Amino acid sequence: MQPAIQFEALAEDALLLRFGERIDIELNMQVQAATACLRRRLPQVECVPAYASLLLRFDLQHWSGGDEHPHQQVQMAVCAALGEPDPVINAPRVVVIPVCYGREYGPDLAEVAALCRLDPETVIARHTDADYRVAMLGFAPGFPYLLGLNPQLSVPRRGDPRQRVPAGSVAIGGSQTGIYPEVLPGGWQLIGRTPLRLFDITANTPSLLATGDRVRFLAIDEDRFHQLAATQPA
Amino acid sequence: MNVTVIKPGLLSSLQDGGRPGHAALGVGRAGAMDLPAWQLANALVGNTAGEATIECTLAGPSLRFEQSAVIALTGAPITAHVGEHSLPMWTTCQLPAGSVLHLGGMASGCRSYVAVRGGFDIPSLLGSRSSDLHARIGFAQGRALRAGDVLPIGSATPLPGSSTGHEVRPLHWGLDPQPWFDFARRPLALLRGSHWSQLDEASQQLLFGGSFTLSKDSNRTAGRLDGHTLKLQAPLELVSEAALPGTVQLPPSGQPIALLTEAPVTGGYPRIGQVAAVDLPHLAQRRPGDTVCFGETTLDEALTRLAARQLRLARLLGTIAQRLGQS
Repeated sequence: MQPAIQFEALAEDALLLRFGERIDIELNMQVQAATACLRRRLPQVECVPAYASLLLRFDLQHWSGGDEHPHQQVQMAVCAALGEPDPVINAPRVVVIPVCYGREYGPDLAEVAALCRLDPETVIARHTDADYRVAMLGFAPGFPYLLGLNPQLSVPRRGDPRQRVPAGSVAIGGSQTGIYPEVLPGGWQLIGRTPLRLFDITANTPSLLATGDRVRFLAIDEDRFHQLAATQPA
Repeated sequence: MNVTVIKPGLLSSLQDGGRPGHAALGVGRAGAMDLPAWQLANALVGNTAGEATIECTLAGPSLRFEQSAVIALTGAPITAHVGEHSLPMWTTCQLPAGSVLHLGGMASGCRSYVAVRGGFDIPSLLGSRSSDLHARIGFAQGRALRAGDVLPIGSATPLPGSSTGHEVRPLHWGLDPQPWFDFARRPLALLRGSHWSQLDEASQQLLFGGSFTLSKDSNRTAGRLDGHTLKLQAPLELVSEAALPGTVQLPPSGQPIALLTEAPVTGGYPRIGQVAAVDLPHLAQRRPGDTVCFGETTLDEALTRLAARQLRLARLLGTIAQRLGQS
């Protein structure tokens, strides 16, 4: 299925399946396709997708039988699973994230606009015009790394990272955009905030977003922000 | 039946085997830093379902038991008193109702475990009762224990042959801590990491030959290693990918960092080594200021040692269950 997949041994019970070494939507889509395929065909191996690679973690007890080394057994099973074309292709979900941009919700909007030589309204328009894809979750539970930011909005991280970024903050760091699910320290530029709760460990599906989802941002005003915030679980 | 925290100690938290299998959500495994010590503490009180224990760090808590309880202490050697009785470690102990267990300092090592028969009856989140202090998941939003915390104990049958007396009574047998606690602080087995060959030659030698010191900014997330600054032949720009406990990363500062149980599930620094899984509990027992040396190992050797350790542990768990059934 893939032209050149490479395995790297990371640990006794972990292999990395590498597709490339860049942040690139095509590479990430290969990672997503392999993840979906392996989760269906090889559920005993845990898949952790990232931008251009896929972590495979396995139970050594399960793969210790036979003469082959456990890593070789897993590699053979993974190659076999990926070798056949996958008949099932799920269309990605589209998740709309309402965002109140600027003011105390996005305290860095003016600075981002100045850095991009745009006015704040244009920054909001460019940010809401784009189609994003969740490349991976990481950094903190439910934190989505989104691909698809308009290159005009690429701005450096802040020189002085904040100790406490409010939960729901929508931010830009370099060529990436993301959403802080909880109060966290962070150095990305904050342009807005969503009232949606991104991560709730007590829910059946703890993370609002999953790798592979498509994301759109929708600009909302302060009143709508508070209305929606009131409907979120405590 | 409850346990009340009278004094919290330096950093005490509820820990079990953690939350494996949720890294794709950004949730790490976390859980007990010294997993065999956690398993053996549970076994000694007859807990068989991976119950949570209290993990103590450097200085232990004081705990009041409302009712009689069966407890065991494992991990780093820690002083333990109930009244004038000194409690042995690695031994099943019966405590009468109203006992106050005072845990003190550790002669060496960093983490001790207190298991209570019945476990702690708190909600399980994604299959675990452990506190992920970094991601703030678990009891009381994943914070360390505080004075005044009340921890409910799960129900359990009495220990076979136990008395409901007013005496503090340790059983007449215990475990040899020697295989489970690394008193000699031996070099830790390290696999070459994906980017080891991109270290300069001096740094490649220093990683396996040099002596590092665990820095005081170490915690359950990472152990920072002072003593030598390591260099790459040329700077590497990597995109974020999965990170694992035991990975030794090299940030641009040149100070190696060993990721530990609460490490974020992704990272973007070069990976210069991977601590062998069999030696991760020993790394978890190093305290700030302790020496850390690495010896090179191969994947085959690491797997063989891990399998041997797991077999020894499984046999010991069986023996403990059998002895408890007879006591």
